Amino acid sequence: MRNILIVLLLLVICNVSANTVVVGKNSSIKTLRQGIAVAKDGDTVLLTKGTYKEGNIIINKSIHLIGVYAPVLDGDHKNEILTLTGKNIVIKGIHFTNAGYSSLNDFAAIKVIDATRIIIENNTINNASFAIHISNATYTTVRNNIISGTHKSEHLSGNGIHLWKCENAMIEGNSVRGHRDGIYFEFVTTSTIQNNTSELNIRYGLHFMFSHNDIYLYNTFRNNGAGVAVMYSKSVRMENNVFDKNWGASAYGILLKDISNSHIRNNKFIKNTVAIHMEGSSRIEVSSNFFQGNGWALKVQASCDDNTFHHNNFNGNSFDVATNGTMTLNRFYNNYWDKYDGYDMNKDGMGDVPYHPVSMYAMVVEQNPTTLMLMRSFMVSLLDKAEKAIPGLTPENLVDNKPMLKPNKL
Amino acid sequence: MLKLSRYVLYDIIRNKVIIAYSLFLFIVSFSLFQLEENDSKAILSLLNIVLIVVPLISMIFTTIHYYNSYEFIELMLAQPLSRSGILLSEYTGVALSLLSAFFFGVGVPVLLFAFDETGLALLFAGGALTLVFTSIAFLASVKARDKARGIGSALLLWFYFALIYDGLVLLILFSFSEYPMEKFTLLLSALNPIDLGRIFIMLKMDVSALMGYTGALYKDFFGSGTGIIFTVGIMLLWIVLPLWWALNAFKRKDL
Repeated sequence: MRNILIVLLLLVICNVSANTVVVGKNSSIKTLRQGIAVAKDGDTVLLTKGTYKEGNIIINKSIHLIGVYAPVLDGDHKNEILTLTGKNIVIKGIHFTNAGYSSLNDFAAIKVIDATRIIIENNTINNASFAIHISNATYTTVRNNIISGTHKSEHLSGNGIHLWKCENAMIEGNSVRGHRDGIYFEFVTTSTIQNNTSELNIRYGLHFMFSHNDIYLYNTFRNNGAGVAVMYSKSVRMENNVFDKNWGASAYGILLKDISNSHIRNNKFIKNTVAIHMEGSSRIEVSSNFFQGNGWALKVQASCDDNTFHHNNFNGNSFDVATNGTMTLNRFYNNYWDKYDGYDMNKDGMGDVPYHPVSMYAMVVEQNPTTLMLMRSFMVSLLDKAEKAIPGLTPENLVDNKPMLKPNKL
Repeated sequence: MLKLSRYVLYDIIRNKVIIAYSLFLFIVSFSLFQLEENDSKAILSLLNIVLIVVPLISMIFTTIHYYNSYEFIELMLAQPLSRSGILLSEYTGVALSLLSAFFFGVGVPVLLFAFDETGLALLFAGGALTLVFTSIAFLASVKARDKARGIGSALLLWFYFALIYDGLVLLILFSFSEYPMEKFTLLLSALNPIDLGRIFIMLKMDVSALMGYTGALYKDFFGSGTGIIFTVGIMLLWIVLPLWWALNAFKRKDL
């Protein structure tokens, strides 16, 4: 008898620990707030189809909140919608809309504070100032969400995916558009950003500060107001990304400021005003990238040292490299430059004449940008030819001693 | 008047220079497209031809033609024809032949290999420059007293527009680099048809670079509808004004 009782009790406990709470019109629980209140740690809350306007909902227990047929959580333009804190919370398949805006608080569609092992997956978020706002969290995964913002001005809109002081985060397969910064990282370490698309954001596609040991792979950053900025970080790996059409007076494929010990590899830079702008950066390896049709492929300021640029392909850029001083502490080798016109006597595939990628005119434009008016004029090509014969203004150390004759295979 | 233009055209075709010119352009542009593996580089080399060679040939050819047909013009003046009519038909004949040479020599390869915005911009600029420099050459030859002076001044004018002007612009931009010169450069570009044509093509070719700093101003201005009307308008002025001036001088000239 006692044994049977124990077995029954165990069964009950088991049942409780994997309980499913259904919220919806046809269920006994009509509101999400009620559903969350009923659910216990480890439960699954199924949110069925419908529109829910319930103000701010706080989840502080380990539950899985799963939307069935994309239910809508509406913030009514005045509330933060979901606030998560704690551990092991999953938010999946829900459509968040109309999150509030406040100039005092960073209202978000989904806010995560002081949490660990949170998964936010397959959601759609639109019309939010901040879409997903995560702070002080570890092992957070944000996956396959579709986020579109309000396209309002810089101070009226927030960031698409915003991480502050996080560790081991995984941002994967999201599509972000129309926010201030598409993806924002500050004090985020050992994290990965991959397969995301960030486009048409007002400021940066990816904004990245004080975040060490991070990786971003296979992302596409297109048409953002100022491209991608990576600042004050070390050991960042940037590979296989596409930087496309970031146009404007201060738009960069990547802006690198005070970065060290990092890799930029196998990326494609297409039609950006400046593909890579480097400032105060050291020990960065830029290799096997493809630069096509950019205004400036590389702007390497004189404050950079010990960087290497090799096996990149430069194709149809208006200027290959520009710099602002004559001091050069960086190394260039084995790149393919389409403007190179040397020869290869010993047939080893590398040109015998060094290539100076900084043209005289690039230096002139750097000093006096209005002279851009004279680009491609006969005068300018004469100047460039004269400078090639008798170098005076261009930095003589900035040279590729072994330029490739054929494009590198990428 | 049309009849006269036709005679001028026949005369030009008979002396074969124009055929050589169109063949030269055709061979150069065709081989450029064959040599370069990507078409945008070929267009880049063609740009130099359009900006340098086309104005030069237009000017030299026009001046020489003018002096060579001087006797024909004198004969025509003995007929009951108006002076401006004669000069205009000379202009139409020369301009038409140069224009068709350009469109055959450069136009056909461009349409075959690089039929896009950049290619079309190149053709527009080349055509406009042909007309502009033909009319400047007419002005130079009507104004000059003899053949040597005429050709000399035509060459000088070409040299000024192709090279000296840009040098002066560079000088001005550097001497006044402390001041906001962006708007002023728009004016500067309108004062030289070669620069205007170059910027017009560049807007299609180097869009990315032009989006930086001052460039955005060009893009906003020349890229917009007003900008295109502005470019076409200024080019028309460059065609009409020298020709009009030449006509006035020709009417009053003691031949």
